[in-house]
This record gives sequence, C-alpha cells and structure tokens, in this order.
Amino acid sequence: MFTLPVSKLNDLFAAVASTRKLYLPVDDEASGHAEYKVWHEGVTLSNALNTARSAKDFFFPQTENLVDFKMEGKTIEVIDTRTESEDFVVFGVRACDARSFDILDRVFLAEPVDSYYKNRREHGVIVTLACTRPEETCFCTVFGIDPTNPAGDVSGWIAGENLYLSANTEKGEAFLSSVSKLLAESDDEAVKAQQAEVKEILKKLPLGSLDLTPFKPENLLKLFDSKRWKDLSEACLGCGSCTFVCPTCQCYDIRDFDTGHGIKRYRCWDSCMYSDFTRMAHGNPRLTQVERFRQRFMHKLVYYPSNNEGIYSCVGCGRCLAKCPISMNIAKVIKALGEEA
Amino acid sequence: MQSEMIKRAKELLASGEVARVVGWKAGEFDYDITPGVFTTAEELDSAFLYNDLCEANLSKYMIAQSRKEGKTLVFLKPCDTYSFSQLLKEHRILRENVYVIGVPCDGKVDVDTVKATGLTGICSMTSDGETVTVKTLYGDSTMSKADAMSERCINCKSKKHVVYDELLGEEGDVVADNHRFDMVEKIEAMTPDERFEFWRNELSRCIRCNACRNVCPACSCEKCVFDNEQSGAFNKGASDSFEENMFHIIRAFHVAGRCTDCGECSRVCPQNIPLHLLNRKFIKDINELYGEYQAGENADERAPLNTFTTEDVEPSIVYERGGKQ
Ligand code: SF4
Ligand code: SF4
Ligand code: SF4
Ligand code: SF4
Ligand code: SF4
Repeated sequence: MFTLPVSKLNDLFAAVASTRKLYLPVDDEASGHAEYKVWHEGVTLSNALNTARSAKDFFFPQTENLVDFKMEGKTIEVIDTRTESEDFVVFGVRACDARSFDILDRVFLAEPVDSYYKNRREHGVIVTLACTRPEETCFCTVFGIDPTNPAGDVSGWIAGENLYLSANTEKGEAFLSSVSKLLAESDDEAVKAQQAEVKEILKKLPLGSLDLTPFKPENLLKLFDSKRWKDLSEACLGCGSCTFVCPTCQCYDIRDFDTGHGIKRYRCWDSCMYSDFTRMAHGNPRLTQVERFRQRFMHKLVYYPSNNEGIYSCVGCGRCLAKCPISMNIAKVIKALGEEA
Repeated sequence: MQSEMIKRAKELLASGEVARVVGWKAGEFDYDITPGVFTTAEELDSAFLYNDLCEANLSKYMIAQSRKEGKTLVFLKPCDTYSFSQLLKEHRILRENVYVIGVPCDGKVDVDTVKATGLTGICSMTSDGETVTVKTLYGDSTMSKADAMSERCINCKSKKHVVYDELLGEEGDVVADNHRFDMVEKIEAMTPDERFEFWRNELSRCIRCNACRNVCPACSCEKCVFDNEQSGAFNKGASDSFEENMFHIIRAFHVAGRCTDCGECSRVCPQNIPLHLLNRKFIKDINELYGEYQAGENADERAPLNTFTTEDVEPSIVYERGGKQ
C-alpha cells in the first residue's frame, strides 16, 4: 500500500493530468450535485458521496457518433470518426460504480465485442475511493459489494490526513509507478481502522437487509406473472430517468441523422420504459407501461442473473431511488415481490 | 386531514359513487411518497397518506383514470386544481368521470431542499406544520418548515381551489404578493451573452430523461414530436448543445399560455435544472403584453395566445424591448 498526504492531492492530480486526461467528482454550484469533470489547476475533489450521473458515461456515453456516410452521385463514402482511443484516468469512483463496469463488460465485451466500449475500457484507468458516509438509499452490500474495499485498477481510501492507494491490476501498477515519486510506502492500519468504523454504519443501512432470495431463475415465471406489477407500475410516468441515472443500464438505440449532405450514424441510450423500445414492424412488444416497467426489474433481478451466473444487474447505488419523480424504485419492487414469493 | 380524507374516500367507495381513489401512498422513508390508486377500504387504511410531504400533482393521472370504468375520486391541492382545470379546457379529462375533492395545503416539505442544507442519510422526515424533524444515519435535527420548502411553495400563487366537487378544510385565497418573477427579472437584466451562458450552464446538465415532459400536465400529447420519427424533430438523445437547447425551447414554447406554473418540471428534474424559469418568463411576458392571465384559473375563458384582438402587440415589440434587428 502507498500513501500521500491529502494536502498533496493537487500535486498528484497535476502529475496525472500532465500525461492524460484526469476526471474526478467536482461540486457543481448550479445543481448542488457532484459531477465528473476534467481536472485542471484550481479544481478540487468533491466530498459528496457520489456523482449525480454515474461513471458509465466514460465507457458508454449517452450519445456517440459511430460512423459518417457521405453520398456523392452513386458512391457512398464511409468515414471513420472514431475518437475513443485517448488515455484517461477516472479518480474517485465508488465501489458500486466500480462493480457496474463488470456488469457492462459482460454485455459489451461478450461476442460480438463492442469495439467502441472495449477501446475506452482499455484506455481508462479506474482509481476508486472507499465510502465513509453512505446514504439511506445505498444498498450495495445486498449485492455483496463492500464499499469500504472498492475494486478498480487502483483502490483508494482517504483516512484522516492521508490518501492510501493499492493497485489491483497491471494497469493499476503502471499507474502507481507513474506517480511513484509522490508516494510513500505505508502499512494499512489507518485503512483497517476506517473500514471497521464504516462497517458499523453499514449495519444500520435501512435497505441493507433487502432479501434477494426469491429472485432466482426458477422463479422467473412466477415473478413475471405477479399481480403486483400492475399496482407497482400504476403511477410510472415512463420517463426513463431511472434507466438514465443507472450505472448498469446498457440499452441503446442506433439512429441515422440526416445532415442534409450526409448521414451521421449515432447511438444513444435507450430505455425499456419507452414506448418505442425494441419496436418491431408491428410495434412495441410491450404494449403498456405495466410490461415496460416489469421489463426493467425482471431484467435486473432475473434475466440478467439467469444469463450471468447469478450476478444481478443492480449495484444498489440508490440513484434511481433518489431520482424517480414518483419515488417508485427497485427497492420497493424487491420488497413487494418478495412479500408475495 | 388525512383521516377525514380516508373517511370520505371510504364512504364514496362504499356507496358505489366512485370505483377508485387516486391519492398518495406511503414509502420507505417518509419522503418517498408515490401516487397511488386505491380500490378498497383496506388499501386506504394501510397506505393512504396526506401530509406536508405529499408533493406530487395528481391531476395528469386523470387523463387515463377518467377513461376507466366508473368514476375516479382524486384529491387535489390548490395548485393541482389549476392543472386539472387547464386539462379540462384542453378536453383531455372526461370531467363526468372524476370526483374532485379539494384539500388544503400550506406548503410542502421538499427532500431535495432539506438535502441541500447538507443533511445526508435521511431515514425519516416528519413535519408538524411548523417544524420539520429529520432523522439521519448521522444524527437527528430540526428545522423550520419554511426552510424545508421548495421555491415553488415559498412563492405559492394560490391557496384557492379553482375546480372541485367537494372541499375539505378551509378555502384559501389567491396569493397576489408572491415573488415568483424575481429570478426572471434578474435573468432579463443580464446581457444576451450572460443569459446564454446562464442557460447553457443549466441545460448542459440535461440527460434527456424526459421526466420534466412526462410529469408535466401541459405535456399531454398522445405522441410527443420528440418521440415521433415522422415529425422531423425525433430526438432520443441530444447529440450537441444545439439539440440540448432545442428540446427545452420547443417544450417551453409548446406549453406557453398553458403552463399553470405548477412547478412539477423543476421538482422532478434529476439534474436540478430550473425549468420553471423558462415557463415563468412566458407567463410574465403574457401578463405584460396581453394583460394578467393565469392558465387554469378559468376553464371557460379564451387564452390570450389563442385569441386575436386588435389590441394584440405587434411582432415589432421585440425590437422595442431591446432585441437585435
Ligand atoms: S420508475 Fe420512475 S423514473 Fe422510472 S420511468 Fe417510471 S416514473 Fe420514470
Ligand atoms: S437499479 Fe437503481 S440502485 Fe440499482 S444500479 Fe440502477 S440506479 Fe442504482
Ligand atoms: S432492459 Fe431496461 S433495465 Fe435492462 S438494461 Fe435495458 S434499459 Fe436497463
Ligand atoms: S427532467 Fe431535467 S434532465 Fe430530465 S429531460 Fe428534463 S431537464 Fe433534462
Ligand atoms: S411546464 Fe412545468 S410548471 Fe408548467 S404545467 Fe408543466 S410541469 Fe407545471
């Protein structure tokens, strides 16, 4: 384990930023939220628990241009507009978001590999930061995530006056050696003490005892046919906020934008809450909001785990709890369906 | 008030006058209240709620609910009745299928406002009408209710119900001396460049989640232009700042003259974008150019933007007000 006084954080950021782009959570005055921003001299790390937008944007941005086409007479020129091969570092990712990358990897890195996503994954270094003040909406522990021991290429802790860093991957080792001049070797006493302290808080999390046992492949049909979907989804606005703030939602649409003298083919996030999601010639197979709403939770809690060795595609970050305009969310769904099962 | 409401709802359900009740349902942490439909006395007893934290405007749900078999009872706060009445004016709600009970409101406590004071880990939040008690993972605290209300309630435009079949509690009055245009005036006083900067800073945070549009009672089109591939304005995600601005500008124009200033758009925006300021600019302009007008106040009166009179302002007003030629 390596350490650096918090007072020297700026030197660390400057050293990293001298070789590549460095992103970190920064307080945004207008919104009152923390958001990832590019570091430059004068930018300071936010103290907020997490960013409003998740960290998935770094690998799976909300919109990205895939390719351009230019038409001239009968010829079509295909123009490669790819830009996703810049090296970058994301500092301060929380344990839940770090786990979300594993979930996205299973989708985008499976055959056929999504080369846009893969390039970004390869060029990005993730430095995580352990949580010390979880929110009431946090339930990452339910999914076996330890917020006091976050994953990532490098795991980080801010305990007392010091930052502690420990590499988990080759990329992480290389990152630490690139800034080794600033780091000193250290034992992990302070980190252990902080972990013990935060674990006491984690025990008190109101959603820490959500029971996932009913959500298993054998129960697929029973859950699918539950009578509860109707009342749970009754007030849903079909807005898609829950999917867009979610670090693990992975659905996208590919569209062509006619610029007048060519085509820009882009992809953008999509949401199973939308009426045109997976639309086919005859329309959306999910006719009403009840089925669309059910899809979101069945996917996270049953379909995805059925295809991925039991791993749920929710990391308990709590963003959808805080952001749904009608305060309907995955925690309420888990409780309601669990009561029934 | 809550017990009176449950009592009336039960009576109306039992007599068969209404088939269902639309109200607010309790959540996990006091503040996470969900609009809900109740069909039995048991459901009402177990989850129906009305308190200082019931922020959601239930009027838009009546578009769908009024098309169901039998009458639907809905509880509306004063500001919600303006949205309801505007929807009636637009022929979106089948009035004969709705039973409206107006309920009093002296301002709602808003969890985001409370969070903005720095409190985190809020497990419970209760209000006695004067003081809000907040219990968090890191200790308890209290604050005055006024400090826990969002801007829309601080600047409430009316405590009066403009449409109802029955009222519970005391009827209030229009609040004439609210300060809802103060921030609009500040933005008007900016230079065009400052103003552009202000809005870019706000709108650049938009994640196009559509919460503002979908919650808005004025946004009730069967198919929104942004969801319609044939419209030429189809747009699921903004690819650049132009499209980011465009969505909001088009939406603001489309609700102009119909927006009642219910404040739901700003309440639900996950990115805390002050969308109400766009709508209030239109409201203020309509007031100044066509005479005082409050959308939703009167379901029978013609709206200024839909009515032609010889007194109407000329388009050249733009230059007189300092716009560029
Ligand atoms: S669950 Fe909530 S956030 Fe998700 S679509 Fe429905 S209303 Fe919107
Ligand atoms: S479903 Fe909600 S809690 Fe789970 S990962 Fe997505 S946003 Fe976070
Ligand atoms: S199907 Fe729905 S819940 Fe699943 S990843 Fe796609 S948008 Fe998210
Ligand atoms: S609710 Fe906010 S973030 Fe969502 S589309 Fe509207 S302005 Fe954008
Ligand atoms: S634009 Fe906003 S304030 Fe106006 S009616 Fe719609 S939600 Fe209400």
